[in-house]
Amino acid sequence: MNLNYLYSLIVVIVLFLLAYVGVALPGGKTLFGVIIPYLAIITFIVGFCLRVVGWARLPVPFRIPTTCGQQKSLPWIKSANIDNPSTTGGVILRMILEIVFFRSLFRNTKCELKEGDKLSYEWEKWLWMGSLAFHWAFFTVLVRHMRFFLEPVPACLQLLDKLDGFLQIALPGLMLSGAVLLAAVIFLFLRRLWIPHVRYISLASDFFPLFLIMGIAITGILMRYFTKVDIVGIKEFTMGLVTFNFHIPEGVGGLFYTHLFFVSILFAYFPFSKLMHLGGIFMSPTRNLTTNSREKRHANPWNYPVKVHTYQQYEDEFREKMVEAGLPVEKMPEPEPPEEPVAPEEPEDSEEKE
Amino acid sequence: MRLNDLLIPKKTAIIKKWFALAIDTYPADTAKFLKSQKDPFANPVGRTIYRGLEALFDELLKGMDIENITSHLDPIIRIRAVQNFSPSRAIRFIFFLKTAINKSLGKEIFQEQLIKDWQLFESKIDELSLIAFNLYTQCKEKLFELKANEIKNRTFKAFERAGLVSEIPAEAPNLEPINHITKEASDDV
Amino acid sequence: MSDVPTPEELLSSIEPKPSATGWMDTPVEIKKGMYCYASNPKSVEYVGLPYPRQWNPKDDDWQLPENWQEIISKGFRERLDRFRSVKIFMDICVRCGACADKCHFFIGSGDPKNMPVLRAELLRSVYRNDFTTVGKIIGSIGKNFKKVIGARELTLDVLKEWWYYLFQCSECRRCSVFCPYGIYTAEITIFGRELLNLIGLNIDWVATPVSNCYRTGNHLGIQPHAYKDMMDFFTDDIEDITGVRVDPSFNRKGAEILFITPSGDVFADPGTFTCMGYMMLFHFLQEKYGFDITWSTYASEGGNFGFFTSHETMKRLNAKMYAEAKRLGVKWILGGECGHMWRIVHQYMDTMNGPADFLEEPVSPITGTKFENAKATKMVHIAEFMADLIKHDKLDLDPSRNDHLRVTYHDSCNTSRVMGLLEEPRYVIENVCNNFYEMPVNCIREQTFCCGSGSGLNAGENMELRMQGGLPRANAVKYVHEKHDVNMLACICAIDRAALTTSMEYWVPEVEVTGLTEMVSNALILPGERERDMNLRSEELPGMEGDDAE
Repeated sequence: MNLNYLYSLIVVIVLFLLAYVGVALPGGKTLFGVIIPYLAIITFIVGFCLRVVGWARLPVPFRIPTTCGQQKSLPWIKSANIDNPSTTGGVILRMILEIVFFRSLFRNTKCELKEGDKLSYEWEKWLWMGSLAFHWAFFTVLVRHMRFFLEPVPACLQLLDKLDGFLQIALPGLMLSGAVLLAAVIFLFLRRLWIPHVRYISLASDFFPLFLIMGIAITGILMRYFTKVDIVGIKEFTMGLVTFNFHIPEGVGGLFYTHLFFVSILFAYFPFSKLMHLGGIFMSPTRNLTTNSREKRHANPWNYPVKVHTYQQYEDEFREKMVEAGLPVEKMPEPEPPEEPVAPEEPEDSEEKE
Repeated sequence: MRLNDLLIPKKTAIIKKWFALAIDTYPADTAKFLKSQKDPFANPVGRTIYRGLEALFDELLKGMDIENITSHLDPIIRIRAVQNFSPSRAIRFIFFLKTAINKSLGKEIFQEQLIKDWQLFESKIDELSLIAFNLYTQCKEKLFELKANEIKNRTFKAFERAGLVSEIPAEAPNLEPINHITKEASDDV
Repeated sequence: MSDVPTPEELLSSIEPKPSATGWMDTPVEIKKGMYCYASNPKSVEYVGLPYPRQWNPKDDDWQLPENWQEIISKGFRERLDRFRSVKIFMDICVRCGACADKCHFFIGSGDPKNMPVLRAELLRSVYRNDFTTVGKIIGSIGKNFKKVIGARELTLDVLKEWWYYLFQCSECRRCSVFCPYGIYTAEITIFGRELLNLIGLNIDWVATPVSNCYRTGNHLGIQPHAYKDMMDFFTDDIEDITGVRVDPSFNRKGAEILFITPSGDVFADPGTFTCMGYMMLFHFLQEKYGFDITWSTYASEGGNFGFFTSHETMKRLNAKMYAEAKRLGVKWILGGECGHMWRIVHQYMDTMNGPADFLEEPVSPITGTKFENAKATKMVHIAEFMADLIKHDKLDLDPSRNDHLRVTYHDSCNTSRVMGLLEEPRYVIENVCNNFYEMPVNCIREQTFCCGSGSGLNAGENMELRMQGGLPRANAVKYVHEKHDVNMLACICAIDRAALTTSMEYWVPEVEVTGLTEMVSNALILPGERERDMNLRSEELPGMEGDDAE
């Protein structure tokens, strides 16, 4: 039984307590409100860049894209320009579909044999939908939070808020993204727990970000809908962070600091973890290269000469036999002396006699 | 037949139980996949076993047509024979039908008037296991045959047709020491 | 009554139930039928690869060099710095499980370590321990913490696990199609096998073909005169069947085109019939259009088992293709039906051994079609070449000669997921036979299942493994066999032709295996041929035997 999720849960609970209790201590608010968030964001930016630059500096010796459709060959055969892109435009489209819509996960189909032998195909959509909902909701929430760091709030963010809250239920208006984020992250967690082979492969580092994000979503939702946190105070505080003019608001409770702490941990943890798939997906050599490797030569920066068995060596070894079989040779064998040869001329010959 | 009156209404439950027990012979985390994935092409092992057990159960209810039984049993045994099971584990799943029926029907089958029926049914299951044993042996023999003959059938048959067999030594060709060749090669490149 | 053990209990007394321990706590057990014999030291030595020795996977002691951990660690580091692919695939997997049930070896064996994600984790766990900051920090706290983050030391047991499972991957890259990041388990397997080769851990089914190919030009170690003899025999056979004598040429300087095909086509049934198919096709084109092509005994192998050893070995074997094309002074190269040969030609050859500036951009001398897609590498696939000929109506075909065949088509992993050669062979098949049926959509094209024996795994001693891996493909063939009465499985890969023949013999014995060109030449009307009553296998054609048949 894979209990890795327990370790992650414990860590997240400890982090929660740390923040919740920590802010009550003297200097706690400065630590959790200013110092840790700054450290986290620096770690994130520096770490993320280092990782991506690190990858980018590595050579791509061979052009190894996975082709998922018809190649471009003869003019009358329709080629799959996106799934097997021979042009940069195609690659860009492929990457957009991959990054924005998770095209590869979308590919999962399953078919079932129904009544007798009728085949029916069904698209296996749960993982695709769950992860798409999760990532899009997360992205929306993130963008929505930009309003705390910008003054005046740009019109597009206000529009996003309107769209996100279009259901117009509850007060303050329910933001769809937050609810979807929590639901999706819970789904992804349960999926890891329930599907036996996914549970089998799951590590603590797979559960940890899920719990952390769950924590972020829950604290956020609690603040917004239940404890009704002082938004104006928080905006002053966040603007203070942006303008380096720190202002610790009164009357903002531990919940806010926990929320902030969780986010900080997530940011700081990001560059050291599998979450780097955010950067990596752009660089995956099986997706981001054109498939026209026969049309255009791909250069390998570290290509080095190797030992080969040349035609000359080959002919030297087999010359007599080749001549005998009527195969053309570069150099005719020297006529053999009429008597039995005392010692073979070339070392290869002795091997042949064995 | 009285026993059949009990078995037929519970058919689906019995087969499901039988299937579950059979699949539990696989590692725990894969067993669930084999059970739940319904796509016969994505999960040939699970689906073949399920469909086979279903058909076998029907056969047992009817009579004991050896030919039908063999044709339904063969696909399952064919899979189990290549899966590194010991022979006993490979065909043990047959007997799990008894457990499945016991668990699904409970005390009902121990009624006195059913004893004869049940004994007959059990002997059918025993018979089934013997057929499975035959099939398993045949499959293993086939595998050995494939192992032994593959090279011969493919490569040497081609050589033989061409009358070249005498020229090809039985062992791997003699390979000469590398040294002088690679030295030359490195000079060339 | 209650003390009587249940059947399940009885069973577990004979044999314990499969353990439910985590994968790191489940030690590898090297099972008979699942692994290939260790490489013959002579073969390893011949090509100058390190640590040739006699060793047995079943032994506790693998006779490893004393500093093997150091060698692997250094090799790992080197490759992390050389391949962005390896580094990224080590870093970004989120273990979503999308690949888990896509591997034919997992589907057929039920062994969780055959899930692509876990196969990669076998290496990734060591990567985390030795090459990541987090792994080093957490590792220093304590061993138990390591396990939680999925890190572990490279011990002998881990090494054995690598060897066992890396040679249970056929590098078919089906999993990569479904991975949201395109993580390519084959690349990880290639990388892992390269590490193993650093300490002399290869399998003989790979190592001996490699040394054979290095010396004689082909995997089977056939010397030039024997190659010629074999082709002479095919010439006689073709004459018996068609009444036409073909005249292939070898190592001929000044020919327009060089033809390279896997040696399996020349030396192993049923590939030999495909080879006869090539010979007839070339003869037809020569007679009708003055086609000018030569074979080579030096570059007599299209396949490249070096690819299953290391990138360097692949390059060393592949070099012959361009070298021979240059020596003979041909304009371009035509390639026969082969899977991994085409992976290498399409994705590696030009990069490794090019640029092929001594060749010309390929143009079909018959139709004038420019093969723009092969402009740089200058090598054209025979299916592309034939599809173009048929489209321009240059072949005289009588598809009714294949009427007794009910055909389905197996996409080779390499040509479908590395090139995207999907329509060309289908177009050819549809023009040379009248009964063609596709297998279900999630088993063909880019989702095709492997034959189960790719990447050097088609040995005899691992037959159980091959049959397990072959099950998903065979299962789909069985479906079309039962539904449409399919009796012939067409493919364009030499390993397929050998492996699927065996796989079919076990799983669906009613179905035979053929190459594409064999079907073409069965339908091809040669100038001056006598009425055909036999196919290339010298089997009588149903309906063409004449009245004296019965």
